Amino acid sequence: MVRTIQGQPGIPPSPAGPAPRHVKPPATLRQRGGQWIRRYRAAPYLLLLPSAAVIGALVLWPTVQIGMFSFQNYGLPQVLGVVPTQWVGFSNYSQILHDSEFWLSLRISLLFAVVVVPLTLIVGTLVGLLLSHLGSKMRTFVSGAALLAWATPVVSASVIFVWLADPDGGVVDWSLSKLPAWLGGGAHWSGFSWTNSALPAYTLLTVLLIWTGFPFIAVTVLAGLRTIPAELHESARVDGASGWGIFWRITYPLLKPIFLVLLLLSIIWDFGVFTQVYIVTGELGNRDEYNLGIYEYSRAFTQPPAYGMASALAFILTIVLLIITVGYVRASVRQGAIQ
Amino acid sequence: MTTMTWSRKSRRAGLNLLGVLVALVTLFPILYMVATAFKPANEIYSLTPHPIPLHPTLANFRTVFKGSVIGHPYWTFLANSLFVTLSAVVASSLIALLAAIALARFRFRFRTTYLIMLLIVQMLPQQALVISLYLDFRSLGLLDSLVGLILVYTAFALPVTIWMLRNFVAAVPRQMEEAAAIDGAGPYRVFWRIMLPLVAPGLVATSVFAFIFAYNEFIFALTFLGTDQSHFTLPIYVQFFYGRQGADWGAIMATSTLFTIPVLAFFLLIQRRLASGLVAGAVKG
Repeated sequence: MVRTIQGQPGIPPSPAGPAPRHVKPPATLRQRGGQWIRRYRAAPYLLLLPSAAVIGALVLWPTVQIGMFSFQNYGLPQVLGVVPTQWVGFSNYSQILHDSEFWLSLRISLLFAVVVVPLTLIVGTLVGLLLSHLGSKMRTFVSGAALLAWATPVVSASVIFVWLADPDGGVVDWSLSKLPAWLGGGAHWSGFSWTNSALPAYTLLTVLLIWTGFPFIAVTVLAGLRTIPAELHESARVDGASGWGIFWRITYPLLKPIFLVLLLLSIIWDFGVFTQVYIVTGELGNRDEYNLGIYEYSRAFTQPPAYGMASALAFILTIVLLIITVGYVRASVRQGAIQ
Repeated sequence: MTTMTWSRKSRRAGLNLLGVLVALVTLFPILYMVATAFKPANEIYSLTPHPIPLHPTLANFRTVFKGSVIGHPYWTFLANSLFVTLSAVVASSLIALLAAIALARFRFRFRTTYLIMLLIVQMLPQQALVISLYLDFRSLGLLDSLVGLILVYTAFALPVTIWMLRNFVAAVPRQMEEAAAIDGAGPYRVFWRIMLPLVAPGLVATSVFAFIFAYNEFIFALTFLGTDQSHFTLPIYVQFFYGRQGADWGAIMATSTLFTIPVLAFFLLIQRRLASGLVAGAVKG
């Protein structure tokens, strides 16, 4: 960054009075430290040390620990120190493979991601396109509204949506019961519980996650659209291309890298969703509504705790997410994120 | 020519209408939360819900401030949340600034490795790491304490903070540092007098993200704080209140309003700057 040139000739003497130049004062500790840093080019490593230490101790080491615990029988007696932990090989994993609850929760996580990711991307892209066609005042208004949805704390958003879909007094059931029958409405909707079984609960969660997720997509797509020269769109329009054709022939190919990053990020977020599911499905009460993350958490934090088993589940979840993350990192690198 | 301008006008009107519609649908859940918070009980459970309270009341907020549900008033949890969040923001900003200088100003061997490590770390599932961190903190005696949360929030805010600050440090013109160095300023003085003032706006922008993360964080607070209600942060308080008060939606929406609105107001204030930072941090790097 900066090289000190203290003690070198050419520096004007301080106005307070010229110091005798020929007497070289003994190097202070700070100066000697500076020399050492320069000699070994240690500056960047020293600057990285605090962050590396914090991340290493509180993120990387716990990840390694999860891997280790997953091969141990780690439960309540082991935590209390009554019995030492033992290495049990793959027994936690083989137990998981024969566990119907694991497969159910995995299926829910996968299905949920398969439904929510494309929907969020579509809604977000459409709003992004709309924003790019609006005047600047209107754009500020709409993107401001979207920003508020994005910034709403996850806990608040979840509680709000549970209230909107509440069987007594919730506005969703009321509107559905007022809808004409040919639109699927009717009196049978009044008092309908959205949180008591898996399909309605995850329908509600789908709307909730689209609501929180689309603003980020929209703003990112809008930023990408602004990098496309306007002449491209205009000349295509002069040539008689429709809006649909312009999107697939010009916009999409040019924004493809951005869409790839957004796709991978959305998969990571929606497959790994936790807080919203925890609150909407009623803490850990409904076992048939667990997704993978909630199931893993419940094995560790409901009595009796099975930390080994939960760690194995957590490790599986981590590996799945890491595989997607590798794709995300490669896409980011290709986009020139690491310079 | 006139038909052309007419069709353009109607197109613009249609787009604006669509824009208003999108904005209203997006804002509806937030507006409904605030409206419910001000409604008396008979309006909340009325057979025909109104979007706006007909007889606005502060009764729900009074319930929350009295703290009769959980034994502590709202202020306890606000103080906990602010203490944890601000500590984590300050710690992660300072640590991240050092790392950002290293990554933006030096070329060294493990630079790319470190950057990729940050990207990966950011994606690790918190509900997985919470298991080992819970067990570690249990043996270290850091459960049921806000200090433990500060440590975790600092660590988990670092990747994004470093990643974003890197751009702001890179934007500081090198010539200014060099000029200062030629004038005889040592590295420490260059840092305090040149680097810090010039990246200060960047520090503010990045600390917004650290703030939001720490203020909203749920899994670690839920797991570490357990049943020690006096240490609850706001998200846990809202969730606990919701679990306990099952049916009192007026009071639940009042807690949630008190928790949410300050953040949203703050975001609106810095909207313009934020939108660019959001994209810069997420996509372009």
